Amino acid sequence: MIDRSHLGLQLPVVHWPVEKGRLLAFARAIGETRPEYTDEAAALAAGHPSLLAPPTLYFGAELDAGTIQAMMETLGVPIDRVLHGEQGFTYERPVHAGDVLTLRSIIADISEKKGGRMEFVTKVTKVTNQRGEAVGEMRSVIVVMNG
Amino acid sequence: MASEQEISTPVRVGDKLPELVLPAIDRALLCRFAGASGDLNPIHIDIDFARRAGMPDVFAHGMLGMAWLGRLLTGWRPQSSLRSFGVRFMALTHLGNQPVLRGQVVELLEEDGQPLARVAVEMLNQYGQLKIQGEALVALD
Repeated sequence: MIDRSHLGLQLPVVHWPVEKGRLLAFARAIGETRPEYTDEAAALAAGHPSLLAPPTLYFGAELDAGTIQAMMETLGVPIDRVLHGEQGFTYERPVHAGDVLTLRSIIADISEKKGGRMEFVTKVTKVTNQRGEAVGEMRSVIVVMNG
Repeated sequence: MASEQEISTPVRVGDKLPELVLPAIDRALLCRFAGASGDLNPIHIDIDFARRAGMPDVFAHGMLGMAWLGRLLTGWRPQSSLRSFGVRFMALTHLGNQPVLRGQVVELLEEDGQPLARVAVEMLNQYGQLKIQGEALVALD
């Protein structure tokens, strides 16, 4: 069982530079070929300051930083017992190559089902850019299988 | 000259997004997505680890399917129109699965004077098994 005292826990703040090469690799991996995501000259011509980041890209920021892995350790949850249950984004501003994002997460909920055999950890992340503008919010539900 | 926006037909409830049908998922794809996305959880790329965890084999990242659903949505309307996007991962997506991505307008609404479409999205495999279900709010002007 996850210690409920972790509710409200703030995870370490992550600063994440949005790298052009990363955007290209991500686009290639998901089969995204449209020019605003893959061709900087075309993105500029379309009015973007650089390559446009696809809508789910910055989910990886806290994985790069090791924040999610550290959160699992803090909660005492082995990585081979977790599943990604739900994921949500709300969007306020676009993200482009060259931006530096700041991610601030808290553990917003911990609940259980089936008499504790499944637990649910909800993490809510506010994302801002290098100008301090709100970019959006992420909500992740991680399912822990206890048996 | 009329802009593309002005001559495009109005969005209606029941409108379907152009479907995406993708090639079968293989191990190389999961490796590429692991590196590109930052999700290096070995359950998706290391069969030895997956077996120790009680799985018969590696399986796809949930966020790979969500990224594909993002392609479905931004292929219909520009990404700047996307206001929210949320999914529930319903079942594991396995090697050999051929993803089919679908979306449909289920509601037209208005928030603070902004017309929006609520779009239901889903990812199935070639057998029609539901893998991911979700919805998005998309601004219409």
